[in-house]
Amino acid sequence: MLTLTSLSISFGGLRVLDNLCLTLPASGIFGLIGPNGAGKTTVFNLITGLLTPSSGTIEFAGQRIDGIAPYQITRQGVARTFQNIRVFKEMTLLENVLVALGDHPRYSALSVLLPLRRYRQAELREESAARELLSRVALADKSGRLAGTLSYGEQRRLEIARALATDPKLLLLDEPAAGMNSAEKQQLMKEIVKLDDGGLRILMIEHDMGFIMGLCHQIAVLNFGRLIAQGTPEAIRTNPEVVEAYLGRDEDNGSRLDGAES
Amino acid sequence: MLAQQIVNAISLGAVYGLFALGFTLVFGVLNVVNLAHGAIFMLGAYAALQGVLLLRLPLSLAVLVAMLVAGLCGWCLDKFIFAPLRTRQAPHLAPMIATIGLAIVLNSAIQGLFGAENLRFPFDVMPAQVLSGGGIQITWLEIRIIFLAVALMAVLLWGLHKTSVGRALRAVAESVKAAALVGVDVEGVFRGTSVIASMLGGVAGVLIALYSNAVFPNMGQPMLHKGIAVVILGGMGDIRGALLGGLFLGFAEVFSVAYIGSTTRDAVAFGLLFTILLLRPQGLFGRAAQRRA
Amino acid sequence: MEWLESFWATYSTLMLSVGTNILLALSIYLTLSCGLLTVANAAFMGLGAYAAALLSLNSGLPFYLNLLAGSSLSALVAWLIGGPTLRLSGVYLAMATLAFGEVMRILILNSERVTGGALGLNGIPQSAAWYDIAAAVGFTLAILLRLAGSRIGRTMTAISQDEIATELMGLNVRTYKLLAFVGGAALAGLAGGLNAHFTFFISPNEFGFERGVEILAMGVLGGTGSPWGAVIGGLLITLLPELLRGLGHYRPLINGLVLIVIILYSPKGLWHLLSYSRRSAPEAVSD
Repeated sequence: MLTLTSLSISFGGLRVLDNLCLTLPASGIFGLIGPNGAGKTTVFNLITGLLTPSSGTIEFAGQRIDGIAPYQITRQGVARTFQNIRVFKEMTLLENVLVALGDHPRYSALSVLLPLRRYRQAELREESAARELLSRVALADKSGRLAGTLSYGEQRRLEIARALATDPKLLLLDEPAAGMNSAEKQQLMKEIVKLDDGGLRILMIEHDMGFIMGLCHQIAVLNFGRLIAQGTPEAIRTNPEVVEAYLGRDEDNGSRLDGAES
Repeated sequence: MLAQQIVNAISLGAVYGLFALGFTLVFGVLNVVNLAHGAIFMLGAYAALQGVLLLRLPLSLAVLVAMLVAGLCGWCLDKFIFAPLRTRQAPHLAPMIATIGLAIVLNSAIQGLFGAENLRFPFDVMPAQVLSGGGIQITWLEIRIIFLAVALMAVLLWGLHKTSVGRALRAVAESVKAAALVGVDVEGVFRGTSVIASMLGGVAGVLIALYSNAVFPNMGQPMLHKGIAVVILGGMGDIRGALLGGLFLGFAEVFSVAYIGSTTRDAVAFGLLFTILLLRPQGLFGRAAQRRA
Repeated sequence: MEWLESFWATYSTLMLSVGTNILLALSIYLTLSCGLLTVANAAFMGLGAYAAALLSLNSGLPFYLNLLAGSSLSALVAWLIGGPTLRLSGVYLAMATLAFGEVMRILILNSERVTGGALGLNGIPQSAAWYDIAAAVGFTLAILLRLAGSRIGRTMTAISQDEIATELMGLNVRTYKLLAFVGGAALAGLAGGLNAHFTFFISPNEFGFERGVEILAMGVLGGTGSPWGAVIGGLLITLLPELLRGLGHYRPLINGLVLIVIILYSPKGLWHLLSYSRRSAPEAVSD
């Protein structure tokens, strides 16, 4: 579904990604890990069209998507969440999700002006679709609150609901577990498994090793913009190059590669 | 003749740069478009004039008075308008609207006190000597204007780069949060920047008033226009840009008046501006992105 | 109804100005609701004013057609410069629109043969009646209110908060911004045309930086969260000088002070102050 071929990008003189080749396997949750600054979010930015590669190509569902406008990439079925949460803080949860439903117009612009029944029905349908998405991430009871008043973990869940609203085929999650407590993480893991079971392909960046190892069927490891390893969680855990890449770095939760908290 | 024009252009440009510098400092550090900067400029001119008329001060002290009065105004501006708005987490346009109000207040206050007519500096105060040589005639006044403007800008640049206060200022301009995290007194920097910027504006006011020998309540408005043009050209928040932009405008004005005619002068400036902005929206030297929190 | 007649005799221009100012405030509301900081609406107002006025003076075409032509010209120019200009954001957009506005003003100033240059255009037929302006305001307000509650309005609000996130929801942000920009220009052009036809005299300096800033002030003071904010802003800015008339010399001073006080105590605009909050208070705090 997703293929990165010889993908490279440089900012000024700094080569941030170097000849990255990656193919998303036919099924399974895919993880992308690496020390800070390895270029993981850059990969996401490239896939979603916020950046244009210096060289190389990105193919999604058989189509080249490098260099086309971000909104078109989303319409083709790629959705994402952000490392630093980007919910619309001054809008309600419901409105946040409604915005994301906006690119499936079920009524023409003209009918905005006239309160036609068709318009009202479409609005109601959209609203219930939005509520349904919110309940999937257990936020339906807070739908009238301003997004900015939510806790960090709740905002992350809202981002996921919003991403799902665009009806994606591929979901890019950028550190979805960051800022969550254990209970929230467990809940999130269950939700992600459900999404995967439902047929949604998931590509995830995370630092929490327990999270990644517990969820992913395949993991790719980036360091200094290069792919240094790819394989099953077991293979990655025991890969000497990967261990070396992480040695000497204090991860936020001090996690060891086998997922135990230190 | 050409050399004469060049000297005119430099003196005018230097003062424009001074004014623009104050404007761009407030934008770069406080992230506010200070539309009262023209009024403060005007205030400086009146303060110097009154210093000369009422207190019989020599010109150099009068300039100092202008600086002090303008600086005080800048202090009040931050203390009573910008700071409360910061505390209330006002939307970023709110301070700008407040400065509009302040400009109106200052303008009408001055007009009420001194009338709307054009006032002049008394002849005996204005340096009258003229230096000639090599076909150029430079007035001593122009030399002192250039000297003062350049000296102030040099002091400012030195201060920004070589002192800890200047470093603090630049830190806040980059990122308020980061600066606060490393212990910079952010509120103090805001207050100080407003004072310094207003001082620069006030001095520019005196210098222009001397250059054209005219002091009137509305003198700030056209200057504000030019200041904005300079800052757009040089890049919002960029010091070098303000200086070079000021010089550029000085040259553009003097030479287009001399060779094309005064009516097209503004057209040339703004047409150029618009095109440059489309090609390079951050101006000639500006940063590509606005400051992140 | 004697009172009404004498009231109108004295205050007709003022009331009509309230109407056109509300239209202008609505035009800036539209652009601000999409996060666009533009000072060009004064220039678009001027374009609309001059186009409509010139048509009224020189062609035999009916008043409403001239108004439409003026508004359409503004919209067209906005559409033409919108593409490159709207790539800019924040203050840079403001500056570019400012520069554009000045270029327009200077062009009008220098085309003396057509526009009368600095002397302005005089003797424009006073075809604009109160019901024209009331209709324009009412119609515009109705449309913008509906827009605000619709998908389009929601998208624009989202764009004003986070353009990139909105784009990644699959929405073509450029189109929405252009819609807001062109719409704002059309409204400003309409306001200009109407204004020209009751003040019967227009000159280039009415449509420059000062006017652009005044329009922005109306929008911000009234409040950018709702079209009603524009109504409040327009009313306030137009009527305040009149209300202070009794203060004689001190009028502009108090005027300025009132502006400052309002912004200090209601930075999000008066509408925000006046409307009750239907959102729940932030009880939950981040972890």
